[in-house]
Amino acid sequence: MTPTGTITQPQPATAAARPLTEQEVSRIREDFPALQQLVYGKPLVYLDNAATAQKPREVLEALERFYRADCANIHRGVHQLSERATQQYEGAREKVQRFLGAAEAREIIFVRGTTEAINLVAHSYGRRFVQPGDEILITAMEHHSNIVPWQMLCEERGARLRVAPINDVGELLLEEFERLLTARTRLVAVAHVSNALGTVNPIASILQMAHSRNVPVLVDGAQAAPHCKVNVQELDCDFYAFSGHKLYGPTGIGVLYGKAGWLEQMPPYQGGGDMIRTVSFEKTTYNTLPYKFEAGTPHIAGVIGLGAAVDYVSQIGLERASAYERQVLEYATEEVGRIPGVRLIGTARDKECVLSFVLEGVHPHDVGTILDRQGVAVRAGHHCAMPVMERFGIAATTRASFALYNTRQEVDALVAGIHKVREVFC
Amino acid sequence: MSELQDLYQDLIVDHSKKPRNFGNLEGANRQATGYNPLCGDKVTVYLKVANGVVQDVRFDGAGCAISTASASLMTERFKGLSEAEAASLFETFHKLVTGKQLQQEEVAQLGKLSAFSGVKDFPIRVKCASLAWHTSRAALEGTGETITSE
Repeated sequence: MTPTGTITQPQPATAAARPLTEQEVSRIREDFPALQQLVYGKPLVYLDNAATAQKPREVLEALERFYRADCANIHRGVHQLSERATQQYEGAREKVQRFLGAAEAREIIFVRGTTEAINLVAHSYGRRFVQPGDEILITAMEHHSNIVPWQMLCEERGARLRVAPINDVGELLLEEFERLLTARTRLVAVAHVSNALGTVNPIASILQMAHSRNVPVLVDGAQAAPHCKVNVQELDCDFYAFSGHKLYGPTGIGVLYGKAGWLEQMPPYQGGGDMIRTVSFEKTTYNTLPYKFEAGTPHIAGVIGLGAAVDYVSQIGLERASAYERQVLEYATEEVGRIPGVRLIGTARDKECVLSFVLEGVHPHDVGTILDRQGVAVRAGHHCAMPVMERFGIAATTRASFALYNTRQEVDALVAGIHKVREVFC
Repeated sequence: MSELQDLYQDLIVDHSKKPRNFGNLEGANRQATGYNPLCGDKVTVYLKVANGVVQDVRFDGAGCAISTASASLMTERFKGLSEAEAASLFETFHKLVTGKQLQQEEVAQLGKLSAFSGVKDFPIRVKCASLAWHTSRAALEGTGETITSE
């Protein structure tokens, strides 16, 4: 079941990877049709990758190939097309398994995205294991999708949500975090990389602290999966969630990795077809992993497209891409940081690919509009992390976020755009 | 760039930096808070209404240049208007920012508010421009609930 063309290049995690060269990035850019367009007559400078990334031709072609030639439902047809679709679907599961370094393919559950993955755990793990008086521990830098499902669970079960604080540069206060781990803590849910600040959390320390108290950990990898080489077995995390569309894959598809030991104990998330073994009006028996958690016809094309995206980034090498992206981030941090009136939000020592800032006297929404008319796409707002904004005493930021296809010239366009904003307002 | 200049006219930039009638209004008898979840803009409008006429109006909150300037210019215009006139002005203003055809008397009715004509080329900013107006309508209609421009 190893399709040819799948490249898994195991690289030692400790060796510093050689960054992509500018020539390589220039070739990579050609793989992305959306990057070739003009916006308001200007070359598109797409710096909203933390929201969603653009898609390479390989992913677009995989989607089209499925719909053109292999479109059938999976796991049930006796015909040729269904067999092809099923093979590609399950083949993608194995690609994701290798991508995450999971022990078994059945530990990979396909969901709509990170949000659904977290909701699945809140619903299913939560119902099975969380009792009145128990606690769920998160951090102050979580995305709303890693806050609200836990609030809903806590309300339903009479449990309590605890929040570990962060410091002024946007780093988790580990001692405070450890202090909040108690005998009542049933789960830790934490972002690997903060979407609003770019902070990389010390996941290994968090896991070690939690596991030494027998508390399982869910890692929200939405912002990490496109940048950090993850090995869930080495990390030893209990759950890891990410979205396909931030990893150059289609929208509407994501992954929940869970240790089989936990998933086996958890009740199904949704009822329907494919998640059952037998159904009678008296009793239904559930299917085995991973199908127990995949009720109904899944996003087959999305899964196949995600498989193509995983192949794409694996061929380039996530470590090399990440090393290059960090150079671009460093350059952007310097160049944007020295514009008069700019205050960077989130200056942690360990950061990935997010540059959040405020420009004195100008609302981020106005910054975003003016940049847009220069062809520069950024996000302006609270980034679905209102508690983070409150922590920094601001309503919103402008956020530029980088992917492997972004260049220093694009950073220069961003900087020129911010100067244009200053012309209008300052 | 001309569309940007149309959007950020001097009058709008001026009012965004130095909003008029900004702050709490003592003796207000109508009040509502509006919230734009898209960008986190928040505005509270305070009105003193007697005999169906707006005697005084102020606002506070935090928002982008468009929403702040819109609130500021709205409060300048509201003073002395009857509730019906205020409602009619909102209708006309909404037509302006959404790019609807305006009659000559409507252009006259808008006066300085015509500075917001550039908003029509930025559909995503219509919510910013109309937030304070939705909020004052909620205040005048006395629903008193937090409203959103969604």
